[in-house]
Amino acid sequence: MNRDLIKFLAFAALILTMPLALHGGYLMNVLVFVGIHTMLAIGLNLLLGYAGQISLGHAGFFGLGAYLSGILTATYGWNPWLAMPLAAAVVGGLAFLIGFPILKLKGHYLAMATLGMGIIMYITFNETIGLTGGPSGLSGIPAIAIGTLTFDSDQKNFYLIWTFTLGMILLTLNLANSRIGRALRAVHDSEVAAQVLGINARLLKVQIFALSAVISSIAGSLYAHTMTFISPASFGFNFSVELLTMVVIGGLGSIYGSFLGAALLTLLPEFLRAAQDYDIIIYGALLMVMVKYLPGGLVRGVPGLFRKLMKKRGARHA
Amino acid sequence: MQFDQLLQYLLSGLSTGAIYALIGIGFSIIYNATGIINFAQGEFVMLGGMVTLLFLETGKLPLWAAIPCAVAVSTASGMLFERLAIRPLRQPTPINLVIITIGGSILIRGLAMLLWGKDTHAIPPFSGEEPLAVGGATILPQHLWILGVTLLIIAANKYYFYHTISGKAMRACAYNRRAAGLVGIDVRRMVLFSFIISSAMGSVAGIIVAPLTMTAYDVGIMLGLKGFCAAIIGGMSSGGATVVGGLVLGILESLGAGLISSGYKDAIAFIILLLLLFIRPQGLFGKAQSERV
Repeated sequence: MNRDLIKFLAFAALILTMPLALHGGYLMNVLVFVGIHTMLAIGLNLLLGYAGQISLGHAGFFGLGAYLSGILTATYGWNPWLAMPLAAAVVGGLAFLIGFPILKLKGHYLAMATLGMGIIMYITFNETIGLTGGPSGLSGIPAIAIGTLTFDSDQKNFYLIWTFTLGMILLTLNLANSRIGRALRAVHDSEVAAQVLGINARLLKVQIFALSAVISSIAGSLYAHTMTFISPASFGFNFSVELLTMVVIGGLGSIYGSFLGAALLTLLPEFLRAAQDYDIIIYGALLMVMVKYLPGGLVRGVPGLFRKLMKKRGARHA
Repeated sequence: MQFDQLLQYLLSGLSTGAIYALIGIGFSIIYNATGIINFAQGEFVMLGGMVTLLFLETGKLPLWAAIPCAVAVSTASGMLFERLAIRPLRQPTPINLVIITIGGSILIRGLAMLLWGKDTHAIPPFSGEEPLAVGGATILPQHLWILGVTLLIIAANKYYFYHTISGKAMRACAYNRRAAGLVGIDVRRMVLFSFIISSAMGSVAGIIVAPLTMTAYDVGIMLGLKGFCAAIIGGMSSGGATVVGGLVLGILESLGAGLISSGYKDAIAFIILLLLLFIRPQGLFGKAQSERV
C-alpha cells in the first residue's frame, strides 16, 4: 500500500468515527455542512489550485445543481437518485459549453467573466418564479432514500454526505497524481510550455472546469435533499467568495487543505454566534492576510513558517 | 411605443450611463498604471455616498461642505488601500491580486455595514426635486448635475493626462512601466496616484448618484461591476471610449428594464459583459493585440 492510500484511510477513519465522540446533536448538523463545503472547495481547488484558473461563479453551479434536483423531485416527483445524475450531466454540459469561450480569458478578465456568469445564474434563480419559487425559495424537497432507509436525520445525513465527500477526495487524489494532474500543473506554470510538450491546454482547462462544475452540482443536489428547502440567497456572490476563501485558506492545490479550509470556515461562524452577519468581514480580512503572509495556505504555509522560525533561532544560536 | 417614452428611457439611461462611465474610467486608470483590475473600486463609490451622509447627519455640515469632505475621506481610504494591500504584496500574481482586492472590497463593505447598518439611506438632491420637461419627457435637476459633473471630471481628466507632467508620467507608465522607470519616473508613486485619482472619481460618482438611487453599504458591488463593464466596452481606455461604453450600457439597461423586464435589468449588463469578453475582449473600438510570452 502506498503512503497516499494510508493517509486517506486514516483520514476516512477519523471522519467516520467522529459521530461516536459527538453522540449526535447539533454538531452533527455542522459536520454535514463541513462535508458539503469540502466537496465544493475540492471542486474549486481542482480549477484554481491545479489548473490555475480562477472562478468567482461556482456558487451558481452549486445552485443550479440544487435547483435542478429540487425541481425535478419536488415538482415533478422524480426519484432523487435519478435527478442527481441528470442535474450533474446538465450542469457539466453547460459548463463544458461555457468553458470554451470563458477559459480563453486569463487572470482578471476570467475572474470578472465568471463573476458575471454567477450573477446571471443568481438573477435567474430569483426571477424564474414559476419554476424556482423566486426569492421565497423552493420547499418540500424529499430526502434521499435507499429502499426503506430514508436519510432524514443529521446522523444519517452525515454518513450519506461523507460517503460522497470521501469518494470525491479519493477520486481527486487519484486525478492529481495521474497524468492529467501533472498536465494540469504544467498548464498552471506555463500554458505555452505545456502546449509545446503536446498537452491540449485549452481542452484540458475546459474539461477540468466542467468536472469542477459537476462536483459542485452533486454537492448542490445533496444540499437540496438534506435541507429539503432552498432559496437563491444561498447561491449568491458572497457564497462564491466564501468558497474562494476556503480554498485559499487551506492552500491552493492541496486536497486536504480544502477540507481544512471548509471545516474552518464552517465552524468559525458557529463559534462566532455573536458576530452573525459580520462573519463576511472576517472572510475579507482572512483573504487579505492569507495572500499577504501565507500565500501557500495553512497546509503548506504553517510548516514553512515553522521551518523559517527554527532557522532564525538556529542562526542566533550559531 | 411612443416617442415620449423612448426619450424618457434614453434620458434616464444617459445619466446612469454617465455614472458607469466615471467608475469605468477609475478601473481603467488603475489597470493602465498597474495591470490590476481593482475589485474594490465599487466600494469607493459606496464610501462616497455613505461618508457624505455621515458628514450631513452626524457632522451637521451643509451639503456643499459635506461633499468635499467625503471625497477626501474616500480618497484617503483609496490611498490606504494601495499602501496596505497592494504595495506590500510579495507575489503579485494575477490570482493573488484578484483575491486581495476582493478581500479588501469585502472588508470595506463589511466595515460599512458595521458602521451604518443595513438600511438604505437617501442624500437630498443638490437643487430641488422640481422635474423639468424636455420634449415630452421629464428629468430631475439631479440628472443635470450628474451629466454636468461627469463632463467636468472628464475634461479635468483629459487636462491632467495630456497637459501636466504627472499625468504624462502616468501615461508613460501605462505604455511601458520599465521604460518609464528608466527615464526617471517613480513608478510606485504613479501607482499610488492612480489609486488616488480613481478612488476620488469613484466617490464623486457615488455622491452624485446617491440622491437618485439611494445608497446602502452594498451598492458598491453592482455599481462597480457595471463600471467595469463600461471599461470593457471601451477597451480599458481612460478616455472617450469608456465614456461611450458607459453611456451605451446605461441606455441599453434602461431600455431593457422598460421594454423587457425590470427584474432582469441587472442581468443585461452581465450578458453584454460576457458577450464582449467572449467576442471582443479588446473592447468595441480596440484593435486586437497579440500576446507576448
